[in-house]
Amino acid sequence: MLIELVVNGAPRAIAVEPHHTLLDVLRDDLGLTGTKECCLVGECGACTVLLDGRIVDACLVLGVEADGLEVRTVEGLARPDGTLSALQAAFLDKGAVQCGFCIPGQLVSAQALLDEHPHPSRDEIEEGLAGNLCRCACYEQIFEAVEAAAAGGPSDIDATPLAHATGARDTGSRSVEEGLDQ
Amino acid sequence: MTAPGRVGASPNRVGGIGRVTGAQAYLADLRVDALHARLVTLDVARARILGVDASAALALPGVHLVMTAADLPQPVPRFGPQREDRPVLAAGETTYHGEPVALVVADTKDLAERAAALVRVDHEPLPAVFTLEGALAPGAPLVQDPASRPGDPLATTNVLKEHRVGWGDVDAQAARAHVIVEGTWTFPMVTQFAIEPHAFMAAPDGDGVAVWSTIQHPNWLQRVIAGMLRMPLSKVRVHAPDPGGGFGGKQHAKYEPAVVFAALRLGRPVRLVLTLEETFQAVRRAACETHVRTGFAEDGRILFQDVAADYLIGAYTDIADRVVGKGSYPAAGPYNVPAVRIVARSVLSHTVPSTAFRGFGNPQVNWAVESALDEGARFLGIDRLELRLRNLARRGDRFIPFDTPCDGDWADVVRVAAERAGWGTPLPEGHGRGIAFGIKSGPTTGLSYSIVRLLVDGSVVVYAGTSDMGQGARTVLAQVAAHELGAPLDWVTVVMGDTAIVPYDQQTSASRSTVLMGNAVLDACRKLQAQLASMAARVHGVDEAAVSVDEGVVTLPDGRELTPLEVLKAGLGRLGGELIGVGESRKDAEPDHPLGGAPAFFEFNCTVIEAHVDEETGDITIDRHVTVSDVGKALNPLQVRMQDEGAAIMGLGHTLMEQYLFDGTGRIRNLGAIDYRIPTSMDLPLVVESEAVEHRDGPGPYGAKGMSEGALLCVAPAVASAVHEATGATIRALPLSPERVWHALQARGSDAR
Repeated sequence: MLIELVVNGAPRAIAVEPHHTLLDVLRDDLGLTGTKECCLVGECGACTVLLDGRIVDACLVLGVEADGLEVRTVEGLARPDGTLSALQAAFLDKGAVQCGFCIPGQLVSAQALLDEHPHPSRDEIEEGLAGNLCRCACYEQIFEAVEAAAAGGPSDIDATPLAHATGARDTGSRSVEEGLDQ
Repeated sequence: MTAPGRVGASPNRVGGIGRVTGAQAYLADLRVDALHARLVTLDVARARILGVDASAALALPGVHLVMTAADLPQPVPRFGPQREDRPVLAAGETTYHGEPVALVVADTKDLAERAAALVRVDHEPLPAVFTLEGALAPGAPLVQDPASRPGDPLATTNVLKEHRVGWGDVDAQAARAHVIVEGTWTFPMVTQFAIEPHAFMAAPDGDGVAVWSTIQHPNWLQRVIAGMLRMPLSKVRVHAPDPGGGFGGKQHAKYEPAVVFAALRLGRPVRLVLTLEETFQAVRRAACETHVRTGFAEDGRILFQDVAADYLIGAYTDIADRVVGKGSYPAAGPYNVPAVRIVARSVLSHTVPSTAFRGFGNPQVNWAVESALDEGARFLGIDRLELRLRNLARRGDRFIPFDTPCDGDWADVVRVAAERAGWGTPLPEGHGRGIAFGIKSGPTTGLSYSIVRLLVDGSVVVYAGTSDMGQGARTVLAQVAAHELGAPLDWVTVVMGDTAIVPYDQQTSASRSTVLMGNAVLDACRKLQAQLASMAARVHGVDEAAVSVDEGVVTLPDGRELTPLEVLKAGLGRLGGELIGVGESRKDAEPDHPLGGAPAFFEFNCTVIEAHVDEETGDITIDRHVTVSDVGKALNPLQVRMQDEGAAIMGLGHTLMEQYLFDGTGRIRNLGAIDYRIPTSMDLPLVVESEAVEHRDGPGPYGAKGMSEGALLCVAPAVASAVHEATGATIRALPLSPERVWHALQARGSDAR
């Protein structure tokens, strides 16, 4: 079946199997593997995405149900200029990331929470992230990250691949000509 | 103030950006044009396989292979880190619920799943043993063929091995004891539940084979595959992408051999990604029943510990018997005890093979022994903390007479924990506090190599065979190199997880990597410093012995300071190039030691819990969870905190909620995330506090010790102790589920304690 949806701001038209979940569509058909597969019964939250702004477990939604809707995944959280969002940066600064496998889902749930409650209380954070398991149990640091993101402070962490190669440090490298003397 | 990125600072995780953008590629995220595999299993605990009819599955277009044991070399190859007893696929009989009978390979995931459902396995259920009582009963069905255990007097029983350790005269001490506490404590079967289910892939690779696995020990896996295929190690390339959590469950090979055989047979890449349910049927922790007799003098001195622990391991050995031997070995705890007798048995059963899990067999016995100390303290009317302190080993004490002496100031750890938790201060009505100490032996042998390349521009590449499964090894190893070579942290790249490129590392386990691989990286960096000194001496015409290199500063005899980059520019000249350091860190086996080697360090932890209990429901609320560990030196304090707090909360899982449940025939009833509960954001203590005591007295770089398992050891006894103080109820079985606690509350009064 052909479905049309907007994924992280980009319109996509794609043929999907009617029994495939949105998780299958994202990972296997669209190659967006940031959304993770774990329990497949809507308990672990590793596949959390935003569907028209509402958080869903992508493993519990059929791909065809997303027809005509807007999907936002972890790949769509960074700023358009490639810098990390305040939330993503806070996850790193506060040490909220260990193995990282649950983090895409945690970030999407936390983003949804912040979209609704820009300054959530600790209770609201705990409740808002109750559907996202972290076996590394970085919960405390995740809460701190959400609070830090809510408190503001723009991120300057550039997530684009060559970001770190632009440093104006003396690299000691010589000119191309010098290297060609053989 | 520590410079950013150096040792002692807490820079952002190396590799962290990919983990918050979704770019980090875990195994199942790799885009490889591979065929999809699926396991065929039976819904029984144990069965004789009478025949496999794959015709309907193979009739589906796009199904390439239904591989059973009959398709493998005969006799069916077996493997395992301790005993080679696990067949690649079930051979003649399935011996636990979930053991694969066949591997189906098809073009798509859907097709593989459909085909797997069409494979008919004609089978006859056989009697199974899945409890200690059942496995140890006279005449119980034997899990392993006695013929596979020649010369073993226990071969006609389900006891795989009995481990005995002890010293002193227990009976003589018992005769003079003022109080003897005796009881049996049980610990449930729990599972690692890494959020990333296990995944495997294999492909022909020239005249060899490439294997991808979520494994913690790529070099072990390489050896298993090479041995099975009779290939040179150099022809087996293991790719081990960073696992999405390991916790011990990903240490050893599981279904990689089956996937390798399928890929070689088909001549194409094959991948197998387990479901969470299948992962539960692949790895778990051993359940345990520990009988403890502890004798005390009137002043609270422990006179003897008499510990008998039966661990319920699974149908194949995996690393389980080592877990039993090593985990029970320090069962008498971090105390000076004049007489100790420890007998631990590995009991085979028709259940999922148990394997390593954070704590490695120690949490099971620590739960029992620490709880017994609590009961003794109550009888004697001595404060529980005070009783422990009176017996606690001090630095240098040979608390295990033939072993590594006490290597820390553990009383300091206890003092910090007690102060943080306000031990002895008044509590709100209905609240209780509990305390426990815990100890775990670090690695007993080890071998890690590292290559560090200092490139012409001053940037650094570190090769380290450790697996970064979340503990942050990549970051810590990069910090060591940055510190020693003066490079900014983001100019250091750490390459891991590819046996064709990265030199040998024994394994990622036993909290070893910061110490053993850390020392290998340090050694490589120091060799690079020597090369820099030599280069600087040559360039500047000075005596090499008078040049010093320290933390990235090259100092000439006249006091001039140069950066490594300045030395490299001048020293490498027009052709460029690089300096290469090869580091080694080795801890040799000691054949006469009961564990095959004395531990490189001890992990010591003190945990204090404050809790209260809802008398109506039996639900426990943890008001405060204080966990303090002796870490030697925190190379990255934030990561130390994350590790210890994570271990603490993981410990609350087996303490409060986690357990496999079996039906009457040995099938697991609660497979998957709905029915097997782990702590969520709603299950946390109201306050979690952790602290690391740093006396720079460990064997690792800058005095580091291994850490992150210690904080799990004490959780259960500390919580049960707090529950007792809060309610008066004594509970000797885990988990402390509301139901169990409620029953214990009803039984108060009939309980003499």
